[in-house]
Order: sequence, then C-alpha cells, then structure tokens
Amino acid sequence: MPRHLINQSCLTRRHFNRALVGVGALAAYGSLPFASALGAEPIKIGFGMAQSGPLGGNGKAALLAIEMWRDDVNRQGGMLGRPVELVYYDDQTNPALIPGIYSKLFDVDKVDLVLGGYGTAVQAAALPIVMQRKQLLIGTGAVAVNDKYNYDKYFQMLPNGSTARTSTSEGFFQAAVTMQPKPETVAIVGAVTEFSHNVILGARENAEKYSLKVVFDRGYPPNQVEFGSIIRSIQAANPDVVFVASYPPDSAGVIRAAYEQKLQTRMFGGAMIGLQYSELKQQLGPMLNNVLCYEFYVPAPTTNFPGIEEFLHTYQERAKKAGADLLGFYLPPYAYAGMQILEKAVAMAKGLDATAIAKYIHANTFNTVVGEVAFAPNGDWAKPRLLYVQYQGIVGNDLEQFKQIGKQVIVEPQEFAYGKLRYPFSASG
Amino acid sequence: MVTFNLLVNAVVTGILLGGFYAAVTIGITIAFGMLDIVNIAHPVFIIMGSFIAYIVNRNFGLDPLLTVILATPLFFLLGIVIFRFYYAAFEKSGKGSLRGLAFFFGILFVIEVTLLLAFGVDYRLVQTSYIGPNIGFKHIDLPLRMVIPFVGSMTMVTGLYVFFSHTFIGRAIMAVAQDEFALSLMAVDTIALRQLAFGVAIATAAIAGGFLIVIQPVDPSLGREYIGRVFAICVLGGLGSITGTVIAALILGTVETITSTLFGPSWAPAVSFAALLLTLAIRPSGIMGR
Repeated sequence: MPRHLINQSCLTRRHFNRALVGVGALAAYGSLPFASALGAEPIKIGFGMAQSGPLGGNGKAALLAIEMWRDDVNRQGGMLGRPVELVYYDDQTNPALIPGIYSKLFDVDKVDLVLGGYGTAVQAAALPIVMQRKQLLIGTGAVAVNDKYNYDKYFQMLPNGSTARTSTSEGFFQAAVTMQPKPETVAIVGAVTEFSHNVILGARENAEKYSLKVVFDRGYPPNQVEFGSIIRSIQAANPDVVFVASYPPDSAGVIRAAYEQKLQTRMFGGAMIGLQYSELKQQLGPMLNNVLCYEFYVPAPTTNFPGIEEFLHTYQERAKKAGADLLGFYLPPYAYAGMQILEKAVAMAKGLDATAIAKYIHANTFNTVVGEVAFAPNGDWAKPRLLYVQYQGIVGNDLEQFKQIGKQVIVEPQEFAYGKLRYPFSASG
Repeated sequence: MVTFNLLVNAVVTGILLGGFYAAVTIGITIAFGMLDIVNIAHPVFIIMGSFIAYIVNRNFGLDPLLTVILATPLFFLLGIVIFRFYYAAFEKSGKGSLRGLAFFFGILFVIEVTLLLAFGVDYRLVQTSYIGPNIGFKHIDLPLRMVIPFVGSMTMVTGLYVFFSHTFIGRAIMAVAQDEFALSLMAVDTIALRQLAFGVAIATAAIAGGFLIVIQPVDPSLGREYIGRVFAICVLGGLGSITGTVIAALILGTVETITSTLFGPSWAPAVSFAALLLTLAIRPSGIMGR
C-alpha cells in the first residue's frame, strides 16, 4: 500500500478514536441523561384525543401541547431516565369509541400511564375503565366527571374547580353586581345540551345568590339556525344583564343577532364556548366588543406565569404547521401544565405506581405554565380560576391584536383583574 | 311579554328562514322527489359549497354568493359524474334503492372526512358587507344576512320552476318523474334526462352552500344537522313538487320562529315536526303531492 494512503488510514483511525473519546466525554457530562434515556425502554403514555368531531379543534391544540411536552422532556433525558413515547388515537369526540381505545391502550399497546382526552362525555366513558385497572387518569378537560365515583387517582386540568356548575358563571355575576346602579334583572338563555344545561342551572343559582330576578329563561335546540327571534324576545323582557350558555356555532349566531338587532342591555355575554378559538375571534372581530365571556388565559401582567410566554411562542410557531388553533390560549397551556404535573409526580414517586403518583399529586401544589395548581379531593382544581374577560377596542379582523394586552380585559376574579368593565353594553362596539 | 311587534318580526324572520330552507331542500326535491334517488349526501354537497365560498372569500375577498354561482357548473358536472357511477353500479342492475342509499352514505362520509383533513374541525365564517347591517320598515328589522339568501333562494327556486314547467327539457324531466317506462317506449333517452336533472340538483347545493355560510358558521360535519330537516320539508311539500317545497319550507321556518317567540326555541323542533305529522295525517301525499 502506498505510504500516503497508510498515513491517511492511520490519521483517520486516530481521528475516529479521538472522536469516540470526545463523544464519550460529552455523554458523561451534559448529555448523559439523553444518552442513557435513548437506550432505555420508553415510558408509554396512552390516550384518546378528539382530532375530529365537534371538539376536534380543541383536541388538536391539546395534542400539540402534549407533544411539545414530550419533546421537552425527552430533550432533558426523559422520565426516570427513560424516553417518553405517546400512543394516541382519535376518539372522534365520540364516547362510544372510548372503551375500545382504552382497552387497546392497556392490553395491546401496554401503555404505562394514561391520560383523558378533551370533553366531559369522553372522560366520563374512560374513567370506569381506568378505575377497573386501578390506574391514574389525568384528564385534559371535563366537568364533574368524578363526582359520582370519587376516584382518588383522577385529576383534570380545566380550572372550573370542584363546584363547576356554579363557578362557570360566577365570575359573570360577580362582574354584573359591580355595575352602578346594581342590576336587578337577568335573562338566561342557552343550548339544550349537557354542558349548557349544567351551566344554566348554575347561572340560576348565581342569579339568586346575587339577588337578580330572572325575567327570561329559555333554551334552544342544538341545531338552531336563526337567533334574531331569541334576541328580540330577550329585548322585549328588557333585562339589565343577559347571560348566554352556548356552543361555538350558536355563540357566533347569538353575537351576530345581538349586533344586528342592536341589543340594548347593560351587560351581555356568559359561558359562550367558541369565543376562545382563534378562528371565531378573528371572524367576529369588532362584533365581540363589550361582550363578556370566560377565557382560560389571556395576556395580561396578572397572568404572566413563569414559562407561559415561552410556551405560547413555541406553540404558536408549531400550530401553523400542525393546523391547530393559532393563538393557543384556551386549552394548550392547561394540557401542557397537566403533563408538567405528571412529570413532577412521577419523579417524586420514583416510579410509575399509580397510587404513589396520585398521593403525591393530592398532597402538593405544582408550579406550572398556568401558575400554581392544587387539586380538590375529587380531582378538580381546588380553587376555580375561570377568567371573565371583556373584549374591548377590537378593530377589524386581524388575529394579532388578540395577543395584545388590553384587548381582552380581565374583570373577574379580582385577583387577576386588569382593567375595568365597560357598561352599558353597546352592540355597535 | 309577547307583543304584536314581536309576533310580526317572528313571522317575517320565519319567512326569511323558510326561504333559506327552500334553497337547502330543492336539490332533495329534484333527486328524491322526481328521480327517486335517496341522495342522503345532499347536505354535505352544500357544506362543500360553503367551503368553496370560504376559501375564495378568505384568500381573494370575493363575495361568497358570487363564488358559489361561479362554482355551479362544477357542481353540475360533479352531479353528472356521480349519477353515471350510481347508474352503472346500482340502478342498471336494479339494485338502486337500498344499495344506492349505502352508496350516498359512503359519499357523505368520504366528502366529510376529506373536508376534515383539508380544513380541520374549526368553524369557518365569511366576511361580506351584508353581514351585520339591518334593513328596517317601521317596527320590522330585517338582517341583510337573512334577506340576501332569501332573495337568492327565491330567484333560484323560481328559475327552477320555470325550467321544469316551461322548457322542453324540464318538462321531459317531469315526464320521466311521472312515468319513465312510458317515455322509454317513445325512444326517449331517460337516463340522459335523469343525469341532467341530478346534475341540476347537485348544482343547487353549491348555491345553498353560499347561503349557509352567510347565515351561520360552518364545519365539515354540519351537514348532518340538516338531513332530517330537508327530508321533512321535501315530504311535507309533496314529493317532486317545487311549489310544495317552497310552501313547506316557509311553513317550517315560520312555525319555528313563532314557536320560538311564543313558547321558547326548545319547543320549535317539536312543534315543527308535529305540524309535519298533522299535515301528513290529513294529506299523506304532502301539501302539493299528487
């Protein structure tokens, strides 16, 4: 062999050896957890999540947040030194599919931990199966699922609190009674569905609690097309305050009809699902002005929780490609926070034993991207924290404006309030 | 308290709503009433029309109704293609009814899932100058968002009525609806006529889709909400009768809004369908059925 080639060969081998030593040193130093996690058996976390059906939009956004957590935790060496792998299926927002999905997760996919998807109905279907297996269930979002079971290994991330029926509308009524002079009458209207029905029951209780007389109280079917006649009937009752519990298409219909009919009242809004989504915010634009609605997160100095800005920045970048909600204010931070809680609890329990993890979660308060979270015995948040915000100064249909402080003004709870309630309500903005 | 003013507004709004229902149903009247094709997928074609209006409105700012009018020829051709397949696969072999129903169920799911994959599950709306403003006459307030679809719907339905009752081809299609066998004995290509009529039925879905997205937000699965309503109107009006469809749609729309005003919106579907049952008990062939 020619000498220059021998030399080349020796050099190459030497370089290779040096590189090998270098990689070893790196692994031993900063990258050691990563290197060991890569070699270990992954921890499988399984769940059903709506990627289609009525709650598919929320499910997509929540899934993206959970995937972000997986990427973050794997970058830091995984959980218990093992990489994390997600196993998930589209539950189509259909509770009938849940038994099949969770049986497969346990029996075929052999997952180590399970999560609950988004929606009361799907989590209600998943909980008995998880209870049968004596496993832990951290749900992305549901209301009062565990009230009948009181299963000690169930937790869910929506900040409605353990009195969800009344807490969902309480902020609205608290804001109403701050008006001067104090309002005396309220109109309550909502879809005839499980969620809205529960919210309306709570709204009636709150109306009584805050001494407001209910002068209009009606439901409408889920496939309602025309809302003008409802708004006209409300106007005829001349209430001081109008509380609406609606689903996304109805929320748009009610707001458009109020705008068209130039509804005259002092305060208008409620538990209107859909207004939290980027698409409806953008499309309704200035029609949202002065509407009071609940949100889980809006940008404000009072909600600047550690890590939330970084989370949203990364989420918003990835959401464009993933086709998920572009703002990500509603569910994603809470889905991510749920995973942070799971990560911490697994680390502190030093294993995957469901009882030990649940015990740790019950006993502690967690610092997450949505602030401090502690759980009540039934697995809901110990303290409800729905933000009631009023849309103010919305101009045109630019989505970016919703990222600005002051466009969605928090008026309740007082602990997070940042701005003043504007009244009387004016449908013209 | 229900005032005269409220009641008048409820009637007027009901008429506007009924006009929209007529546009949504007229395709079913042609396909199911005249051609005996149980096109259960018709509402999903309407949703397709809505999404086309949405894409063009979002990207180019074009008016949704103008967009769907321009899309009508494409829907017409799509209808012809679907009919050719349906005819070759089912009708020709005499297996049209039940298997045909399964075929249209399949189309419904395929289109719905395609829309889901393409656009996701978010609700979509459009921006036009006539969403928001009202026109008023004394105590009557008419949202332009409802008035424009009503006018458009009545124009479309009148056009179809003239086509089916005053043109040679239209009358030939009506003749096929009455007695296809008799026409085939006279060497008339009844398949071509049926194909043409089915194309027209699907073309109306494009326009109805434009009306729909002007009136309410749309998502890929919204079509299912309309299946029961459109077949009810079609049956109430009398199978195959365009005039009957319009009358039935106006009745259903008005009953819905009056019930909503007097007793609450949750009673509206029950009262509407009670009206349907009552009408069919008195007149089993529908209002204008023969």
